[in-house]
Amino acid sequence: MSAHFDLVVVGAGPAGIAAAIAAARAGRSVALVDDNPAPGGQIWRHGAHLPAAARKWLVELQASSVVPFYGWRVIDHPAARLIRAESGADCTDLQYDRLILATGARERFLPFPGWTLPNVLGAGGLDAMVRGGLPIAGKRVVVAGTGPLLFAVAGHLAARGAKILAICEQAQLGHLASFARCLLSDPAKLFQGAGYMLAARGARLHTGCWPVAAAGTTQLESVTLCQGSRKWTVACDYLACGFHLAPNTELAQLLGCRTAYGFVVTDDLQRTSVTDVFCAGEPTGIGGVELALIEGQIAGLAAAGKLRDAQSLVPRRQRKLGFVAALRESCTLNPSLRNLADEDTIVCRCEDVRHAALRGRASWRDAKLHTRCGMGPCQGRICGVATEFLFAWHADSVRPPVLPAMVSSLASPGPTRNQPASLSAETAISAHSKETP
Amino acid sequence: MPEPAPTRIASTSASAPPVALTVNGVPLTVAPGTTVAAAVCIAGAHARTSVSGEPRGPLCGMGICFECRVTVDGTPHRRGCQVLCAPGMDVRTS
Repeated sequence: MSAHFDLVVVGAGPAGIAAAIAAARAGRSVALVDDNPAPGGQIWRHGAHLPAAARKWLVELQASSVVPFYGWRVIDHPAARLIRAESGADCTDLQYDRLILATGARERFLPFPGWTLPNVLGAGGLDAMVRGGLPIAGKRVVVAGTGPLLFAVAGHLAARGAKILAICEQAQLGHLASFARCLLSDPAKLFQGAGYMLAARGARLHTGCWPVAAAGTTQLESVTLCQGSRKWTVACDYLACGFHLAPNTELAQLLGCRTAYGFVVTDDLQRTSVTDVFCAGEPTGIGGVELALIEGQIAGLAAAGKLRDAQSLVPRRQRKLGFVAALRESCTLNPSLRNLADEDTIVCRCEDVRHAALRGRASWRDAKLHTRCGMGPCQGRICGVATEFLFAWHADSVRPPVLPAMVSSLASPGPTRNQPASLSAETAISAHSKETP
Repeated sequence: MPEPAPTRIASTSASAPPVALTVNGVPLTVAPGTTVAAAVCIAGAHARTSVSGEPRGPLCGMGICFECRVTVDGTPHRRGCQVLCAPGMDVRTS
């Protein structure tokens, strides 16, 4: 199967939605691809309590001419202006004139003893599970790690009836204070923060504090926290632990887009180093939903050829960049966190590679070749981010497929490479609805 | 970041009936919109066993970590967090 669109947008979070709507309004045919069953990305998860602004965007998306490919994951870039996507047992090629990458971010996880136990999840991870139907009322939850996501998650889980026993932020109070000053310059964000604090009332905030061990027989039963020289153990049902975010840049790297400091490099109009490939939102720098929406609109307008309209939004983007810097500063990891893992701690969860096997390895590639670290189905998305912090390793290449794929998808002859599109937009939608009942 | 003053989004599944499926052959009924990963947790099962024999459950909740992969209607390696429960679905953990 194949289809041609003026514009293909990968990622249906705020940046991708804003980009798709902006380009569709400009009269372009647009496909919006996301591996989740519904649009919204991680922050606007479908079926959840959503802010009015999110609802407005989602309603507008639904009313637009944007062709949805939800439940489709992009696995490869087999030829110029072509991406291949898979959904269940189906595979399709999408041809484009221009491509917008809005692939978002994932949580950064750091290994510590017991972190592989069931019911130890990411902060956003537990939040996503609860939004996906996991009952949380009455459950005892410790929220830990770093970043404003912790407060958002604690607030949401408390609103759903969870008992938030503690919020542990690795940053010292001083770091948070400078971040708070940045919030003061942006009242909307300040109110968000205040809302979370109220919602999570009763929860104790510990700064300069992190989990040193999780314990349990077949699942989590308790977590040991440390703050300076003080250590104590808390019995709990869930540990929601994430150390801020890491950008999803695999597809951008596969396409050859230039990156710097781990992020995709773009110009003012969100153009990457690769002609006709744009990037918006978290992959270009972790800046939150408001910045993602602006960047998405700029990318959508620019990709649709509305350069003047795109340019008019650039000053709004510039005003948000201070928040990006403050966020980066406040989420800087304490070097002591490198000592969390002991020699038996699993670092690569796919292949169960322990810390002791990785010590002394020269590089990410050396570790992969000798230990299988990063060779499992997640392709190093979890342990690669961890080892970057632990050992200062950098993944040196991205190879297709960027996600595990069916052999039949890889073997597909790619009929669209030199042939006209044979799949109408309507067929594409019905293919999608097969996947998501 | 999300904002306070939440509004419940109109969902086509809000008034839909509960979904009956099986997890490792055991019948389970969940609310519409529930992910397979959540259903596996509700059933008290672990999604998978690691290569060194550890029980594992979901970590990232967003299709990145592959810890919640299960067999859905005979298809192995489906990421439970990205598949919604459907009537009659057969979910198997390993």
